[in-house]
Amino acid sequence: MSNGCGAPTQGGTIEAGTTETVLEGKVVSDGTPVGGAFVRLLDSTGEFTAEVVTSPEGDFRFFAAPGSWTVRALHRTGNGQADVSASGPGVHAVQIAVA
Amino acid sequence: MSRENVLVSAAWSEENLQAPGVVFAEVDEDTTAYDGGHIPGAVKIDWKNDLQDPVRRDFVDREGFEKLLSAKGISNDDTVVLYGGNNNWFAAYAYWYFKLYGHTNVKLLDGGRKKWELDGRPLDKDEVVRASTSYQAQEQDLSIRAFRDEVVDSIGNKNLVDVRSPDEFSGKLLAPAHLPQEQAQRGGHIPSAVNVPWSKAANEDGTFKSDDDLRALYAEAGFDGSRKTIAYCRIGERSSHTWFALRELLGHEDVKNYDGSWTEYGSLIGVPIELGSGKEA
Repeated sequence: MSNGCGAPTQGGTIEAGTTETVLEGKVVSDGTPVGGAFVRLLDSTGEFTAEVVTSPEGDFRFFAAPGSWTVRALHRTGNGQADVSASGPGVHAVQIAVA
Repeated sequence: MSRENVLVSAAWSEENLQAPGVVFAEVDEDTTAYDGGHIPGAVKIDWKNDLQDPVRRDFVDREGFEKLLSAKGISNDDTVVLYGGNNNWFAAYAYWYFKLYGHTNVKLLDGGRKKWELDGRPLDKDEVVRASTSYQAQEQDLSIRAFRDEVVDSIGNKNLVDVRSPDEFSGKLLAPAHLPQEQAQRGGHIPSAVNVPWSKAANEDGTFKSDDDLRALYAEAGFDGSRKTIAYCRIGERSSHTWFALRELLGHEDVKNYDGSWTEYGSLIGVPIELGSGKEA
Protein backbone atom coordinates (compact mmCIF):
# COMPACT_ATOMS: atom_id res chain seq x y z
CA MET A 1 0.00 0.00 0.00
CA SER A 2 1.32 3.37 -0.97
CA ASN A 3 1.76 5.95 1.77
CA GLY A 4 0.74 8.71 -0.55
CA CYS A 5 -2.05 9.35 -2.96
CA GLY A 6 -0.05 9.31 -6.16
CA ALA A 7 -1.02 6.81 -8.81
CA PRO A 8 1.02 3.60 -8.86
CA THR A 9 2.85 2.38 -11.96
CA GLN A 10 0.31 1.34 -14.56
CA GLY A 11 0.35 -1.98 -16.37
CA GLY A 12 1.19 -5.48 -15.14
CA THR A 13 -1.53 -7.81 -13.94
CA ILE A 14 -3.86 -7.95 -10.96
CA GLU A 15 -4.08 -11.22 -9.01
CA ALA A 16 -7.07 -13.34 -9.92
CA GLY A 17 -9.78 -13.49 -7.29
CA THR A 18 -9.45 -9.84 -6.44
CA THR A 19 -12.17 -8.38 -4.25
CA GLU A 20 -11.61 -5.05 -5.98
CA THR A 21 -13.71 -3.74 -8.86
CA VAL A 22 -10.97 -3.09 -11.38
CA LEU A 23 -11.41 -1.11 -14.59
CA GLU A 24 -8.41 -1.49 -16.86
CA GLY A 25 -7.38 -1.29 -20.47
CA LYS A 26 -5.32 0.54 -23.05
CA VAL A 27 -5.34 3.90 -24.74
CA VAL A 28 -4.74 3.48 -28.47
CA SER A 29 -4.40 5.65 -31.54
CA ASP A 30 -4.97 3.85 -34.87
CA GLY A 31 -4.40 0.61 -33.00
CA THR A 32 -1.05 1.74 -31.55
CA PRO A 33 -0.76 2.01 -27.74
CA VAL A 34 -0.41 5.57 -26.43
CA GLY A 35 1.87 5.98 -23.43
CA GLY A 36 1.82 9.13 -21.32
CA ALA A 37 -1.90 9.79 -21.85
CA PHE A 38 -3.89 11.23 -18.93
CA VAL A 39 -6.85 8.96 -18.21
CA ARG A 40 -9.68 10.36 -16.11
CA LEU A 41 -12.30 8.20 -14.40
CA LEU A 42 -15.70 9.92 -14.35
CA ASP A 43 -18.68 8.60 -12.39
CA SER A 44 -22.20 8.12 -13.76
CA THR A 45 -22.93 11.84 -13.30
CA GLY A 46 -19.77 12.82 -15.19
CA GLU A 47 -18.01 13.85 -11.97
CA PHE A 48 -14.23 13.39 -11.87
CA THR A 49 -13.17 10.51 -9.64
CA ALA A 50 -9.54 9.71 -10.39
CA GLU A 51 -6.77 10.12 -12.92
CA VAL A 52 -3.71 8.12 -13.96
CA VAL A 53 -1.04 8.37 -16.64
CA THR A 54 -0.75 5.43 -19.03
CA SER A 55 2.36 3.24 -19.06
CA PRO A 56 4.60 3.20 -22.16
CA GLU A 57 2.37 0.30 -23.35
CA GLY A 58 -0.73 2.47 -23.00
CA ASP A 59 -2.08 0.67 -19.93
CA PHE A 60 -4.27 2.20 -17.23
CA ARG A 61 -6.10 0.78 -14.21
CA PHE A 62 -8.65 2.06 -11.68
CA PHE A 63 -9.95 0.55 -8.47
CA ALA A 64 -13.56 1.58 -8.59
CA ALA A 65 -16.88 0.20 -7.39
CA PRO A 66 -19.75 -1.52 -9.19
CA GLY A 67 -21.65 0.88 -11.42
CA SER A 68 -21.43 2.84 -14.66
CA TRP A 69 -18.28 4.77 -15.42
CA THR A 70 -16.69 6.81 -18.18
CA VAL A 71 -12.96 6.74 -18.86
CA ARG A 72 -11.65 9.78 -20.73
CA ALA A 73 -8.14 10.08 -22.17
CA LEU A 74 -6.26 13.31 -22.87
CA HIS A 75 -3.09 13.38 -24.96
CA ARG A 76 -1.34 16.07 -26.96
CA THR A 77 -2.25 14.11 -30.10
CA GLY A 78 -5.96 14.00 -29.24
CA ASN A 79 -8.67 13.03 -26.76
CA GLY A 80 -11.18 10.20 -26.53
CA GLN A 81 -13.49 8.41 -24.13
CA ALA A 82 -15.40 5.18 -23.52
CA ASP A 83 -18.12 3.96 -21.18
CA VAL A 84 -17.77 0.87 -19.03
CA SER A 85 -20.24 -0.86 -16.76
CA ALA A 86 -18.97 -2.90 -13.81
CA SER A 87 -21.56 -5.34 -12.47
CA GLY A 88 -19.41 -6.43 -9.53
CA PRO A 89 -15.88 -7.18 -8.31
CA GLY A 90 -13.37 -8.43 -10.83
CA VAL A 91 -11.45 -7.05 -13.78
CA HIS A 92 -13.44 -5.10 -16.36
CA ALA A 93 -11.67 -4.34 -19.63
CA VAL A 94 -12.14 -1.15 -21.61
CA GLN A 95 -10.23 0.41 -24.51
CA ILE A 96 -10.04 4.10 -25.33
CA ALA A 97 -9.25 5.38 -28.82
CA VAL A 98 -7.79 8.89 -29.06
CA ALA A 99 -7.79 10.93 -32.23
CA MET B 1 -3.40 38.13 -2.82
CA SER B 2 -3.59 38.09 -6.53
CA ARG B 3 -3.27 35.25 -8.96
CA GLU B 4 -0.18 36.67 -10.71
CA ASN B 5 1.77 36.54 -7.43
CA VAL B 6 1.23 32.85 -6.84
CA LEU B 7 0.59 31.20 -10.17
CA VAL B 8 2.53 31.22 -13.46
CA SER B 9 1.40 29.89 -16.82
CA ALA B 10 3.17 27.25 -18.87
CA ALA B 11 3.85 29.90 -21.54
CA TRP B 12 5.47 32.27 -19.02
CA SER B 13 7.50 29.38 -17.64
CA GLU B 14 8.85 28.32 -21.02
CA GLU B 15 9.99 31.89 -21.63
CA ASN B 16 11.66 32.09 -18.22
CA LEU B 17 13.49 28.77 -18.01
CA GLN B 18 16.84 30.58 -17.99
CA ALA B 19 15.75 33.64 -16.02
CA PRO B 20 18.21 34.51 -13.24
CA GLY B 21 16.81 34.01 -9.75
CA VAL B 22 14.10 31.61 -10.93
CA VAL B 23 14.39 27.94 -10.00
CA PHE B 24 11.99 25.33 -11.34
CA ALA B 25 11.38 22.29 -9.15
CA GLU B 26 9.40 19.16 -9.99
CA VAL B 27 7.76 17.57 -6.97
CA ASP B 28 6.23 14.13 -6.97
CA GLU B 29 5.65 11.10 -4.85
CA ASP B 30 6.84 8.89 -7.67
CA THR B 31 9.76 10.62 -9.35
CA THR B 32 10.14 8.26 -12.30
CA ALA B 33 8.32 10.85 -14.44
CA TYR B 34 11.11 13.36 -13.72
CA ASP B 35 13.76 10.79 -14.59
CA GLY B 36 12.03 10.10 -17.89
CA GLY B 37 12.02 13.78 -18.86
CA HIS B 38 11.62 17.03 -16.95
CA ILE B 39 11.30 20.73 -17.65
CA PRO B 40 14.78 21.84 -18.77
CA GLY B 41 16.81 22.98 -15.76
CA ALA B 42 14.28 21.86 -13.15
CA VAL B 43 15.55 20.23 -9.96
CA LYS B 44 13.84 17.16 -8.53
CA ILE B 45 12.16 17.06 -5.12
CA ASP B 46 10.97 13.66 -3.98
CA TRP B 47 7.85 14.17 -1.85
CA LYS B 48 8.43 11.04 0.17
CA ASN B 49 12.22 10.81 0.48
CA ASP B 50 13.00 14.52 0.60
CA LEU B 51 10.02 16.06 2.38
CA GLN B 52 8.81 13.40 4.83
CA ASP B 53 10.50 12.28 8.03
CA PRO B 54 11.81 8.75 7.36
CA VAL B 55 10.56 7.38 10.69
CA ARG B 56 7.78 9.44 12.27
CA ARG B 57 4.71 10.53 10.35
CA ASP B 58 5.70 14.17 9.96
CA PHE B 59 7.68 16.50 7.75
CA VAL B 60 11.39 16.93 7.71
CA ASP B 61 12.17 19.49 10.39
CA ARG B 62 13.49 22.99 9.83
CA GLU B 63 17.09 21.84 9.74
CA GLY B 64 16.19 19.08 7.29
CA PHE B 65 14.42 21.57 5.04
CA GLU B 66 17.46 23.88 5.12
CA LYS B 67 19.71 20.99 4.22
CA LEU B 68 17.44 19.92 1.35
CA LEU B 69 17.13 23.36 -0.22
CA SER B 70 20.83 24.06 0.23
CA ALA B 71 21.68 20.81 -1.55
CA LYS B 72 19.23 21.61 -4.37
CA GLY B 73 20.93 24.96 -4.89
CA ILE B 74 17.94 27.07 -3.88
CA SER B 75 18.63 30.42 -2.19
CA ASN B 76 16.34 32.36 0.14
CA ASP B 77 15.82 35.07 -2.46
CA ASP B 78 15.15 32.75 -5.40
CA THR B 79 11.70 32.57 -6.95
CA VAL B 80 10.80 28.90 -6.84
CA VAL B 81 8.32 27.62 -9.43
CA LEU B 82 6.85 24.28 -8.39
CA TYR B 83 5.16 21.78 -10.66
CA GLY B 84 4.43 18.08 -10.76
CA GLY B 85 2.21 15.25 -11.87
CA ASN B 86 -1.11 14.21 -10.31
CA ASN B 87 -2.61 17.59 -11.18
CA ASN B 88 0.03 19.38 -9.09
CA TRP B 89 -1.09 17.77 -5.81
CA PHE B 90 2.41 17.20 -4.52
CA ALA B 91 3.63 20.48 -5.95
CA ALA B 92 0.81 22.23 -4.06
CA TYR B 93 1.81 20.30 -0.96
CA ALA B 94 5.38 21.48 -1.44
CA TYR B 95 4.15 25.04 -2.00
CA TRP B 96 2.35 24.90 1.37
CA TYR B 97 5.51 23.49 2.87
CA PHE B 98 7.71 26.28 1.44
CA LYS B 99 5.24 28.76 2.98
CA LEU B 100 5.29 26.84 6.25
CA TYR B 101 9.06 27.31 6.44
CA GLY B 102 8.85 30.94 5.40
CA HIS B 103 10.06 31.00 1.78
CA THR B 104 9.13 34.38 0.29
CA ASN B 105 8.82 33.84 -3.45
CA VAL B 106 7.20 30.60 -4.42
CA LYS B 107 4.73 29.97 -7.24
CA LEU B 108 2.87 27.09 -8.79
CA LEU B 109 3.06 26.33 -12.50
CA ASP B 110 -0.62 26.35 -13.48
CA GLY B 111 -1.61 22.89 -14.71
CA GLY B 112 1.70 21.30 -13.74
CA ARG B 113 3.21 18.52 -15.82
CA LYS B 114 -0.11 17.68 -17.42
CA LYS B 115 -0.65 21.08 -19.02
CA TRP B 116 3.02 21.21 -20.00
CA GLU B 117 2.80 17.81 -21.71
CA LEU B 118 -0.59 18.46 -23.33
CA ASP B 119 0.88 21.64 -24.79
CA GLY B 120 3.76 19.59 -26.20
CA ARG B 121 6.36 21.77 -24.45
CA PRO B 122 9.98 20.58 -24.17
CA LEU B 123 11.23 18.04 -21.64
CA ASP B 124 14.76 16.73 -21.32
CA LYS B 125 16.69 14.16 -19.33
CA ASP B 126 19.76 16.28 -18.66
CA GLU B 127 21.15 16.04 -15.17
CA VAL B 128 20.55 19.30 -13.34
CA VAL B 129 23.35 20.46 -11.07
CA ARG B 130 23.13 23.73 -9.18
CA ALA B 131 25.79 25.09 -6.84
CA SER B 132 24.79 24.42 -3.24
CA THR B 133 23.62 27.27 -1.04
CA SER B 134 23.25 28.02 2.67
CA TYR B 135 19.50 28.13 2.92
CA GLN B 136 17.96 29.54 6.10
CA ALA B 137 14.41 28.42 6.97
CA GLN B 138 12.04 30.02 9.47
CA GLU B 139 10.19 28.28 12.29
CA GLN B 140 7.04 26.59 10.99
CA ASP B 141 4.19 29.04 10.44
CA LEU B 142 1.50 27.13 12.30
CA SER B 143 -1.17 29.60 11.21
CA ILE B 144 -1.50 27.48 8.07
CA ARG B 145 -1.23 23.99 9.62
CA ALA B 146 -4.01 22.26 11.58
CA PHE B 147 -3.56 19.41 14.05
CA ARG B 148 -6.15 16.85 15.11
CA ASP B 149 -7.31 18.40 18.40
CA GLU B 150 -8.03 21.67 16.64
CA VAL B 151 -9.93 19.79 13.96
CA VAL B 152 -12.14 18.04 16.51
CA ASP B 153 -12.77 21.41 18.23
CA SER B 154 -13.71 22.93 14.88
CA ILE B 155 -16.70 20.69 14.23
CA GLY B 156 -19.72 22.90 13.69
CA ASN B 157 -17.89 26.22 14.03
CA LYS B 158 -15.29 26.43 11.25
CA ASN B 159 -15.54 25.60 7.58
CA LEU B 160 -14.31 22.05 7.31
CA VAL B 161 -13.70 21.41 3.64
CA ASP B 162 -13.34 17.76 2.69
CA VAL B 163 -11.78 17.76 -0.77
CA ARG B 164 -11.92 14.01 -1.44
CA SER B 165 -14.20 12.49 -4.04
CA PRO B 166 -17.91 12.09 -3.13
CA ASP B 167 -17.47 8.33 -2.68
CA GLU B 168 -14.62 8.81 -0.22
CA PHE B 169 -16.63 11.49 1.58
CA SER B 170 -19.66 9.23 1.98
CA GLY B 171 -17.59 6.29 3.19
CA LYS B 172 -18.07 4.14 0.08
CA LEU B 173 -14.38 4.31 -0.87
CA LEU B 174 -11.39 4.65 1.47
CA ALA B 175 -8.89 5.97 -1.07
CA PRO B 176 -8.88 7.57 -4.51
CA ALA B 177 -10.03 5.17 -7.19
CA HIS B 178 -6.58 4.72 -8.71
CA LEU B 179 -5.44 3.00 -5.50
CA PRO B 180 -6.31 -0.35 -3.88
CA GLN B 181 -8.94 0.07 -1.18
CA GLU B 182 -7.52 -1.96 1.75
CA GLN B 183 -7.20 0.51 4.62
CA ALA B 184 -7.17 0.35 8.42
CA GLN B 185 -9.25 3.39 9.15
CA ARG B 186 -13.03 3.84 9.11
CA GLY B 187 -14.82 5.43 6.19
CA GLY B 188 -16.81 8.64 6.29
CA HIS B 189 -16.06 12.28 7.02
CA ILE B 190 -15.72 14.78 9.85
CA PRO B 191 -19.19 15.91 11.00
CA SER B 192 -20.25 19.30 9.58
CA ALA B 193 -17.68 19.13 6.75
CA VAL B 194 -18.74 20.18 3.29
CA ASN B 195 -17.57 18.10 0.34
CA VAL B 196 -15.95 20.11 -2.41
CA PRO B 197 -13.74 17.67 -4.34
CA TRP B 198 -10.37 19.26 -5.22
CA SER B 199 -11.06 18.41 -8.86
CA LYS B 200 -13.90 20.93 -9.00
CA ALA B 201 -11.30 23.67 -8.56
CA ALA B 202 -9.44 22.54 -11.66
CA ASN B 203 -10.10 22.35 -15.37
CA GLU B 204 -9.63 19.15 -17.31
CA ASP B 205 -6.11 20.20 -18.32
CA GLY B 206 -5.12 20.68 -14.68
CA THR B 207 -5.15 24.49 -14.59
CA PHE B 208 -7.08 26.27 -11.84
CA LYS B 209 -10.53 27.60 -12.63
CA SER B 210 -11.04 31.36 -12.69
CA ASP B 211 -11.44 33.28 -9.43
CA ASP B 212 -15.12 33.89 -10.22
CA ASP B 213 -15.75 30.20 -10.83
CA LEU B 214 -13.91 29.28 -7.64
CA ARG B 215 -15.88 31.80 -5.58
CA ALA B 216 -19.15 30.43 -6.97
CA LEU B 217 -18.05 26.85 -6.32
CA TYR B 218 -17.34 27.36 -2.62
CA ALA B 219 -20.34 29.64 -2.04
CA GLU B 220 -22.63 27.03 -3.52
CA ALA B 221 -21.15 24.37 -1.23
CA GLY B 222 -22.06 26.39 1.86
CA PHE B 223 -18.59 27.78 2.52
CA ASP B 224 -18.92 30.66 4.99
CA GLY B 225 -16.34 33.38 4.23
CA SER B 226 -16.67 34.85 7.74
CA ARG B 227 -15.50 31.62 9.37
CA LYS B 228 -12.05 30.16 9.76
CA THR B 229 -11.33 27.20 7.51
CA ILE B 230 -9.59 23.84 7.65
CA ALA B 231 -9.14 21.75 4.50
CA TYR B 232 -8.39 18.04 4.57
CA CYS B 233 -8.31 14.97 2.30
CA ARG B 234 -6.71 11.57 2.88
CA ILE B 235 -3.06 12.49 3.48
CA GLY B 236 -3.02 16.26 2.98
CA GLU B 237 -1.83 16.77 -0.58
CA ARG B 238 -5.14 17.14 -2.43
CA SER B 239 -6.19 19.50 0.37
CA SER B 240 -3.02 21.53 -0.25
CA HIS B 241 -4.43 22.12 -3.73
CA THR B 242 -7.69 23.45 -2.23
CA TRP B 243 -5.79 25.35 0.49
CA PHE B 244 -3.97 27.08 -2.38
CA ALA B 245 -7.27 27.94 -4.10
CA LEU B 246 -8.90 29.29 -0.94
CA ARG B 247 -5.98 31.20 0.55
CA GLU B 248 -3.61 32.04 -2.25
CA LEU B 249 -6.08 32.59 -5.10
CA LEU B 250 -9.25 33.76 -3.33
CA GLY B 251 -7.45 35.47 -0.47
CA HIS B 252 -9.28 33.95 2.50
CA GLU B 253 -7.08 34.81 5.43
CA ASP B 254 -7.43 32.05 7.99
CA VAL B 255 -7.15 28.79 6.08
CA LYS B 256 -5.25 25.79 7.41
CA ASN B 257 -4.33 22.50 5.84
CA TYR B 258 -4.85 19.43 8.04
CA ASP B 259 -2.05 17.19 6.82
CA GLY B 260 -3.03 14.37 9.17
CA SER B 261 -6.25 14.24 7.17
CA TRP B 262 -8.46 11.18 6.94
CA THR B 263 -5.72 8.59 7.49
CA GLU B 264 -5.27 10.15 10.94
CA TYR B 265 -8.81 11.24 11.75
CA GLY B 266 -10.42 8.00 10.55
CA SER B 267 -8.10 6.02 12.83
CA LEU B 268 -8.68 8.02 16.03
CA ILE B 269 -10.54 6.33 18.88
CA GLY B 270 -13.79 7.93 19.91
CA VAL B 271 -14.04 10.88 17.52
CA PRO B 272 -17.37 11.47 15.77
CA ILE B 273 -17.75 10.36 12.15
CA GLU B 274 -20.55 11.16 9.77
CA LEU B 275 -21.53 8.84 6.93
CA GLY B 276 -23.42 9.53 3.75
CA SER B 277 -23.42 12.44 1.40
CA GLY B 278 -23.92 15.25 3.95
CA LYS B 279 -24.12 18.72 2.44
CA GLU B 280 -22.45 17.69 -0.76
CA ALA B 281 -21.37 20.26 -3.28
